[in-house]
Amino acid sequence: MRHGVARFVTGFLALPVGLYLFYVVWPFLQAAGYSLTDWGGYSDRQQFVGLENYVRLFSDELIRKAFWHNVFFLITVPLFTIALALFLAFLLNVGGRGDKAGIRGVFGSGLYKVIFFFPQVLSLVVIAVMWQQIYRADGQGLINGVLMKIGLISEDDPITFMYDPEPFLGVPAVLWWLLLIAVWSGAGFYMVLFSAAMQSIPKDIFEAAILDGAGRVHTFFRITLPLLRDTVSVAWVYLGFIALDMFALVYIMTPSQGGPNHASEIFASVIHFNAFQKGQFGYACAIAVALAIFTILLAALQLRITRRERIEY
Amino acid sequence: MSVTPDLDRRTLLRRAAAAGLLVTPAAGLLSACAGSTPSQNDDSAGEKSNDNPFGVQDGSAVKVVIFNGGLGDAWAKEDQAIFNAKYPNVTVNMSSTQKIKTEEQPKMATQPSDVVMNSGADMMDISTLVNEGAIEPLDDLLAAPAWDSEGTVADTLLPGTVGDGTYQGKFFVVNVAYTVWGNWYNSVLFDKEGWTPPKTFDDFFALAPKIKAKGMAPYVYDAVHGYYPRWALMATVWKSAGKQAVIDIDNLKENAWRAEGVLPALEAWEKLVKDKLLLPGKLDHTQSQQAWLDGKAAFIQVGTWLKNEMAATIPPGFEMKISDYWGLGATDKAPNDVYAGAGEGIVVPAKAPNKAAAKEFLRAVLSKAGSAKFAELTKSLASTKGSGDNVQDAALASANELMKNASSDLISIKLWNFYADLDKESQNLSAELMAGRLTAAQFVDKMQAAADKVAKDSSITKQTRDA
Repeated sequence: MRHGVARFVTGFLALPVGLYLFYVVWPFLQAAGYSLTDWGGYSDRQQFVGLENYVRLFSDELIRKAFWHNVFFLITVPLFTIALALFLAFLLNVGGRGDKAGIRGVFGSGLYKVIFFFPQVLSLVVIAVMWQQIYRADGQGLINGVLMKIGLISEDDPITFMYDPEPFLGVPAVLWWLLLIAVWSGAGFYMVLFSAAMQSIPKDIFEAAILDGAGRVHTFFRITLPLLRDTVSVAWVYLGFIALDMFALVYIMTPSQGGPNHASEIFASVIHFNAFQKGQFGYACAIAVALAIFTILLAALQLRITRRERIEY
Repeated sequence: MSVTPDLDRRTLLRRAAAAGLLVTPAAGLLSACAGSTPSQNDDSAGEKSNDNPFGVQDGSAVKVVIFNGGLGDAWAKEDQAIFNAKYPNVTVNMSSTQKIKTEEQPKMATQPSDVVMNSGADMMDISTLVNEGAIEPLDDLLAAPAWDSEGTVADTLLPGTVGDGTYQGKFFVVNVAYTVWGNWYNSVLFDKEGWTPPKTFDDFFALAPKIKAKGMAPYVYDAVHGYYPRWALMATVWKSAGKQAVIDIDNLKENAWRAEGVLPALEAWEKLVKDKLLLPGKLDHTQSQQAWLDGKAAFIQVGTWLKNEMAATIPPGFEMKISDYWGLGATDKAPNDVYAGAGEGIVVPAKAPNKAAAKEFLRAVLSKAGSAKFAELTKSLASTKGSGDNVQDAALASANELMKNASSDLISIKLWNFYADLDKESQNLSAELMAGRLTAAQFVDKMQAAADKVAKDSSITKQTRDA
């Protein structure tokens, strides 16, 4: 009987695992292999160069720049997205007035849920193209147009968004504008994730808190947040991956894919430049492998730090 | 140049393919395609003759990929008709795209298309293609008899076309469009206002207040693609500092950027920015061209594909004409050199399965009939002689006129085709200069530093030009 079950399970798993190995794991291994060569990407000529690419990586100025930009996103994207998503989820689920009907969200929360989730339905490329119009750096852009109409900015001095490398809090403005899009497009999904987690918290806990006279703020910080710990921690890891990528937005929206003048350069754009423009696939693969190692370490660290005893209810 | 790692890769792929076959037929197909050796030279079977110089095989197929950008792809369909009229049994599989590199680069090492028009923002880096041996030298195409006129193919080409396609002493790239670059203006407006197109920056700075008084910005540029303003900056550098200075720059000679005349040329641009003569805002190429068509700015600099690119939105009563890039005046070493040359390059991948038909197709593209159709449909000159003779078009005529008054040397810059690093850096710095965040002196310093860095980098193959 047990043997039969194993065969049954294996039968089901063979196909997906096979596909996964072939289309995901195998290319990963290939990339690691290429990272030890000087392959150019356009021919079948390649020579083994050992760890030379990895040594070079540490003295590459552009990679250092890209690294700090990714670190910026690594801190800000999860922080702002989770904060916003938690806030929205709380209001939509338990933020409303408690009355005879029990705990519920603010008025019209069903509609808000759909609206906030909407960006998740759009592909990232569509989002980028749409925001290009919103951020358009003359009077025909959505934001610039509105601000000019109401006279907040002059027609001769539009906000330049993607073309603005001037630092704000020490970080190029273009990165902050990209961050806004990332948070806007990501918050809806995590709002739904947190909503689901909040709904699984028994209502009587909230009711007991309200009976004891706790306000919304207290309820949130003393009950909701601690009980969502696991979900938030997972969300943080996912968003960390997104923050280390960011390629679509940078590639589509910024001038010369990482500009102006390298102000929005990230790992992925440096990899793209080296592989596809400079024709140094081997070196690009080395950067990619380094990034993968960095990502895995980060995820492991993150899950380790936040691991705690589970609360059963 | 060891091939062993690749063989290993192939063997592994085949094994994976075998495993994949057990899993899914689709995966098996895919890897079989990736791992198999491309069919070698099935074209050698065809008989070679003066009329069929490469021995195109009857019944074979040739895959042609056209860049569908500013010039569109209608002209290529005419070439296909010309080719098929002679070879009815050769199938031409033509497709057009703007994503040349995205779609073609992954196929280059295994099963590339036969003819690839490598152009646009998403083009494959030419120096990389040459260094990697990924494209076929086409010197035999130049030596072949012309399709429908006397002499060889080389004889039919406009000056500069062979030079622009030559790398490391071999002819690799057939540039089909003969492009003239310069400053465009609306001649109807200029006639009405009594303005004359400037010849020098001083003329322009004198005219600018009059343009501003009409509520127009004197100048608009593409702020997204750094290579747009770079054409104009480098044209001024050439005019001011002369041909030899630019050749030295391209050859990475020491202190080439500090040669006499380079800095003043860039300072003229710095002044244009500092004096606020640009249309406010940051626009891309089509947005800036539309702003110019809408009368928001008086001048825009771009190549002769402009009219075709904007054909749908040219307002009535707008007559676009091209004038030469501005020089600095009396100190100029090459005031009458025009920025023109063959662009929109077509390459034949080294591993193309049907190279004979590919070359024969290119011979058809460069035919008299094909070139005439090209000029008619794109309102741009083809890189063959006399292509625009029978086309009635004011924009094309103004380009013709400009070429007639040009001196024998054409402005041509190789820097960005030679080195991907300097391509990126010069684009970035051009955009920064135009954004007013960089002075001319800083531009020179940073370009010199970047050039020195490439010169010292042993992993980069060096290229040189003599003329």
